[in-house]
Amino acid sequence: MDWSDSPEQATFREEVAEFIVERLPGRYQSGSREGGIVQSWQADRKSVDTEARDSAMNWADALAEKGWIAPHWPEEYGGAGLTVMEQFIYNQEMAKAAASPVGGMGVSLLGPTMIVHGSDEQKAEHLPRVLSGEVAWAQGYSEPSAGSDLASLQTRAIRDGDDLVINGQKIWTSGAQYADWLFALVRTEPDAPKHRGISFIVMDIKTPGITVRPIVDMGWQEPFNETFFEDVRVPAANIVGEENRGWYVGMTLLDFERSGISDAIQYERTLTRLIDYGKSEAGAKHYRQDWKILRHEVAERYLEIGVLFNFAFRIVSMQNNGMVPNYEASVNKLFGSETHQRLSRTGTKLFGLYANVWQREGEHAPMNAEFTRDYVGSVPHTIFSGSSEIQRNVIATRGLGLPRG
Amino acid sequence: MDLGLSETQELLKNSARDFLENESPEQLVRDMEEDEAGYSPELWSKMAEQGWQGLLIPEEHGGAGFDFLDLCVLIEEFGRALVPGPFMSTVLGGAVPLMEIGSDEQKAEFLPRIASGDVIFSLALTEPSARFDEEGVECTASVNGNEVTFNGTKLFVPDANVADYLIVAGRTDKGVTLGIVATDQPGVEVTQLQTIARDKQAEVKLNGATGQLLGNDGDGWDALKPVVNHYTVAECAYLVGLAQMDFEISVDYAKERVQFGRPIGSFQAIQHKCADMVTDVDGSRFIMYKAAWSLATDQPDADTQMSVNMAKAWCSEATRRVVAHGQQIHGGIGFTKDYKIQLYFRRQKRAELAFGDADYHRELVAQQLGI
Ligand SMILES: Cc1cc2nc3c(=O)[nH]c(=O)nc-3n(C[C@H](O)[C@H](O)[C@H](O)COP(=O)(O)OP(=O)(O)OC[C@H]3O[C@@H](n4cnc5c(N)ncnc54)[C@H](O)[C@@H]3O)c2cc1C
Ligand SMILES: Cc1cc2nc3c(=O)[nH]c(=O)nc-3n(C[C@H](O)[C@H](O)[C@H](O)COP(=O)(O)OP(=O)(O)OC[C@H]3O[C@@H](n4cnc5c(N)ncnc54)[C@H](O)[C@@H]3O)c2cc1C
Repeated sequence: MDWSDSPEQATFREEVAEFIVERLPGRYQSGSREGGIVQSWQADRKSVDTEARDSAMNWADALAEKGWIAPHWPEEYGGAGLTVMEQFIYNQEMAKAAASPVGGMGVSLLGPTMIVHGSDEQKAEHLPRVLSGEVAWAQGYSEPSAGSDLASLQTRAIRDGDDLVINGQKIWTSGAQYADWLFALVRTEPDAPKHRGISFIVMDIKTPGITVRPIVDMGWQEPFNETFFEDVRVPAANIVGEENRGWYVGMTLLDFERSGISDAIQYERTLTRLIDYGKSEAGAKHYRQDWKILRHEVAERYLEIGVLFNFAFRIVSMQNNGMVPNYEASVNKLFGSETHQRLSRTGTKLFGLYANVWQREGEHAPMNAEFTRDYVGSVPHTIFSGSSEIQRNVIATRGLGLPRG
Repeated sequence: MDLGLSETQELLKNSARDFLENESPEQLVRDMEEDEAGYSPELWSKMAEQGWQGLLIPEEHGGAGFDFLDLCVLIEEFGRALVPGPFMSTVLGGAVPLMEIGSDEQKAEFLPRIASGDVIFSLALTEPSARFDEEGVECTASVNGNEVTFNGTKLFVPDANVADYLIVAGRTDKGVTLGIVATDQPGVEVTQLQTIARDKQAEVKLNGATGQLLGNDGDGWDALKPVVNHYTVAECAYLVGLAQMDFEISVDYAKERVQFGRPIGSFQAIQHKCADMVTDVDGSRFIMYKAAWSLATDQPDADTQMSVNMAKAWCSEATRRVVAHGQQIHGGIGFTKDYKIQLYFRRQKRAELAFGDADYHRELVAQQLGI
């Protein structure tokens, strides 16, 4: 057991850290969450503000030089082909600098899926445009009646010559209002058993018949949408992988590093800033008068983050030794998202009445209302990407071999 | 970075598991609950043949020269098998302080006898004040050359009933001072307590008990710090093994026990408890090994101290959650003396309390965080 870097790992870590110092645009340097202000590359690239746009461009160019827009993709597709351990170190250093990632779901989800299952034509058409930042992707999986039970999805795609005609509705489609293309799961064979009649398909989101309608969330933001399909014609050639095998295409174990290390680092930084804030002049005003009764609660958060770090280390260390994590990945998602919620709760508790304040500006907003906003913002983290209940089910049945109910 | 075991550690773990399954079965654990001595001398010598008492002791003193991480791998197996007896007392409470602060003569005198299983040691630190800090040491000590004499009462001294020597902490006008005190002298009076874990803990009255001075007059507390850190992490390793086994027994039970026409393990309420149990067992294991690694590889003092306190804060509470779930999953049968799960529940409490529970260590974490 060893928690330190090997000499090669240390060298690579230094390379990444130096690169960030030299190339990360000033706009992103203070960190994406510091002061509660999120400088997102996704938003910047379409901003009307030229400084924002230039920053997004420069950062993407700098990363592209190294193949680090998609460090986990193989080199032949423009990635850097990093090993699991290098990806882990790369993610660690980027998270430490709170450097905004580039590329969104195209890089993280669509690309790896297409690299495994896509045709040569599909790869040639889509992968370069993901890397250049020209095309942003959204994920159309969930439907009003297909959430955790995703395989019950009903959006229909019916063959008509060389096309498929799609009718139905997706929901919770994050970022669809800014996206250029959509990857979706649709039902192509209604009579087959539910996992067998699904196909994975990609489409231009401007295709006639597609309507994207933003949904306002409980924090009054519009992160996601309803996406409606009315006789939408998409070439059947847009199916990725085999027709009716889409469930397995969509569920492909994306074998890039998914340890959650970035989250652990982010929470640690957040907690450190929360503690430091208490020692500042403003903090002395915003911390509740009897805050000391919460000292142990704050320490408990620190312990949990320590546990989360180790869970992340375990995943990458298993992968590095050629093992495939089983229930371990679910443990990370479960424990990480619940830790996130507890952290935001502890922050709001420390601020007492000041935790009411939602506005970021002014002397009454502790830490620009970051914790109050995260108290709301962290709510869906135990819902998406497999809810806490689903993770516990997976751990118990797949991990511990308990009989299904 | 690698969180797997080394080949040597795998070997040690597997051979220890096989050995203990045969040599420390449930029946022995139960017998020792009612035994005066609380350990099997036969098993004790067999363990010495395995080289375990001397695992950490350098080869020049008759040991195997393994490191502290390796020892924690072994102790995890002790927790799993609930091995009764003075192993931790002797190794953590005897060998470690001797290795840390003993003179060359003392090392030569005692370490080979510990490694061979010929002597049993224990650490007499806590007192009726039940504190773990320096102020808790009120027993008086007076130094005379290489000798030190103690007067006072020690409480919760593990295995004092069978120990040949106690490492005693007392106070001179210079501060905390340590001595190696033989128990076969009139000034040492041992009264056993009945405990929740039915282990052997005692009140030890020292009335002019005399022994060799260990370290220097007045620097005993500084000398004890690494000893306490190692002992604390070893208790965490014991807890991890204990919790792992409690969890495995409970999952097996949930697969077999049928109510309402199906195994109770098919009910989500039980499944989710099991999922939380494995999360807590795994979380405890790695936070413990991180601290063990820090100690074994001499990481910077501040990092090591933090990782030790984090480990005991987390393991104490997380393993308590595990054994509580274990009881709940078993229903009525778990509450019986005959059924094995309760053996783990009661012993978890002992180790949770040893060297401070979660609240004690969380406070130390809070202080190190500057809050
Ligand atoms: C902010 C946000 C962004 C999202 N972005 C996207 C996106 O970009 N693309 C996309 O396709 N989807 C997206 N989703 C959808 C997300 O994947 C679903 O919300 C998720 O799958 C849960 O489905 P649901 O909301 O229908 O809840 P339901 O499945 O209806 O669950 C409701 C409750 O029941 C519980 N439950 C369900 N099944 C079980 C079971 N078997 N056992 C025990 N409890 C159970 C759940 O845990 C939950 O507590 C997003 C969701 C959110 C909140
Ligand atoms: C101290 C003590 C005194 C008692 N005194 C008496 C007495 O005087 N007379 C008498 O007749 N009985 C008595 N009982 C028996 C008591 O009623 C049973 O222990 C109780 O009904 C639980 O049954 P069980 O022990 O078989 O556990 P089980 O029913 O096997 O339950 C084991 C576990 O599975 C869970 N479980 C079971 N079914 C479900 C489900 N559908 N969904 C989710 N979880 C489930 C339980 O909650 C429990 O955690 C006593 C028990 C104890 C411990």
